Amino acid sequence: MTDVTNGEYDAFLDALAEGEGYYLVCENDHGLLPPRRACPHCGDRDLTERDLPASGEIVTHTTVFVPTPQFEDDAPYVTAVVDFDGVRLTGVVRGIDQADVEIGDRVTATVESNETTDEQTIVFRPAE
Amino acid sequence: MTSFGSHPDRTGRDMFAEAGLAALEDAGVPAADVDELFYGNFVGTLSEGQGHQGPLMAEALGTTAPSRRIESACASSGVAVRDAVRAIRSGEADVVVAGGMERMTNMGTAGATKGLAGAADDLYEVRSGVTFPGAYALMARAYFDEYGGSHEDLAHIAVKNHDNALVNDHAHLQQEITVEEALGAPEIASPFTLYDSCPISDGASALVLTSPEYADEHDLEANVAITGAGHGGDTMALHDRQSLSKTPATRDAAEEAYDDAGVDPSDIAIAEVHDCFTIAEVLALEALGLYSHGEAIGAARRGETRRDGELPVNLSGGLKAKGHPVGATGAAQVAAIATLLDGTHPRADAVDDDATVGVAQNAGGTVASATVHVLEVME
Ligand SMILES: [Zn+2]
Repeated sequence: MTDVTNGEYDAFLDALAEGEGYYLVCENDHGLLPPRRACPHCGDRDLTERDLPASGEIVTHTTVFVPTPQFEDDAPYVTAVVDFDGVRLTGVVRGIDQADVEIGDRVTATVESNETTDEQTIVFRPAE
Repeated sequence: MTSFGSHPDRTGRDMFAEAGLAALEDAGVPAADVDELFYGNFVGTLSEGQGHQGPLMAEALGTTAPSRRIESACASSGVAVRDAVRAIRSGEADVVVAGGMERMTNMGTAGATKGLAGAADDLYEVRSGVTFPGAYALMARAYFDEYGGSHEDLAHIAVKNHDNALVNDHAHLQQEITVEEALGAPEIASPFTLYDSCPISDGASALVLTSPEYADEHDLEANVAITGAGHGGDTMALHDRQSLSKTPATRDAAEEAYDDAGVDPSDIAIAEVHDCFTIAEVLALEALGLYSHGEAIGAARRGETRRDGELPVNLSGGLKAKGHPVGATGAAQVAAIATLLDGTHPRADAVDDDATVGVAQNAGGTVASATVHVLEVME
């Protein structure tokens, strides 16, 4: 295996792991995740980088019991969509009891290893 | 159509041959007259290691007519029908076969789960733990949060669709279930249990579509026609959408199809919608304009969408009970509406005698692709 990466996606994860998460925004304030060269909502190509806010709010979540093979040892786990005031991210919720995860919970985003494949995964933990 | 079900030992080419040859025979059209094949398939390169399936499937029908494989996840054959309609309307084709095939059970549950997850964004969703049921579970919880509703409401949809499939011998699951059983089944992705999900199925479907001129010239018995077609799109990933509880791709496809046919939602007597998960039936009915937002969640519980209700939905059993051989689903829905309207479907007795308009809605991924077809009884 060579060290092939997924370009800007891996760069985004590296930055998120360092606490320096960012996102892209078009002239109409549509928040986007890299890599993007055009906004799918309005077609704008003049995208600029913005810092990802320190915390966001869970807008929906699910506890997954039947995983894909790459999450076999992680299941059951919680996946959530989190709104960071302008951009949304999907990731795995850790540090909250699965039964207690609720819409509206405030979390921070980071990157941790997936238990099954050790792959870098976007993870949400409760905000201070 | 082949029977939908678990056929791990049947090759894709044989299943499509069964469906396609039966469709040609039923239509009274010789293979030599087929101008083009529009064939839908999602994971054939994974499940059978087979690319370039278009010519292979044309051969299976006894022709080397030009063909293409169309991949739009679960909407693959809905898109195939849509493009086939366009080919005929453009005047470039008189006779086309539109259909699809999926072979999935040979991959096992883990393999199929991985294959199906390919309909979501691999980098930003699948690597964040999203499965196909998980994605719809995220939408279900967002819907409950916005409009209310409960898992029990969803269970009524599963019970209805299982009940509809009881007389459909082509259905994967012919098994009566109760709301209590649905609620108590093993969890797959909260709030969903096993009975919120369609099964993993194998099968094939095919339609023969002709121009009105060809049908006249050859005295074909064509009682039902596709009079409206629409196709809508949205972002792949759920998190890139403004709303997690609405599906604008279906709304756009419906508006296009209704305009095309010159019908209103109020004209529609029956619908086959893409209920890969119970919540998907709710989202579809609202996006089709058959219910306002927040209202379709209780439709099955109230009885309105049951077969004795005012708007029977998924009389075939839907994906939920008829089964969901992904690439075959969209064309199978159109076939269900056609046979329901012309009285040859086993559930045709649930269709009012004066019913003339039906609609079929097919969705890919979490409805990043959607097609809608309006079918009408010809005078
Ligand atoms: Zn934009």
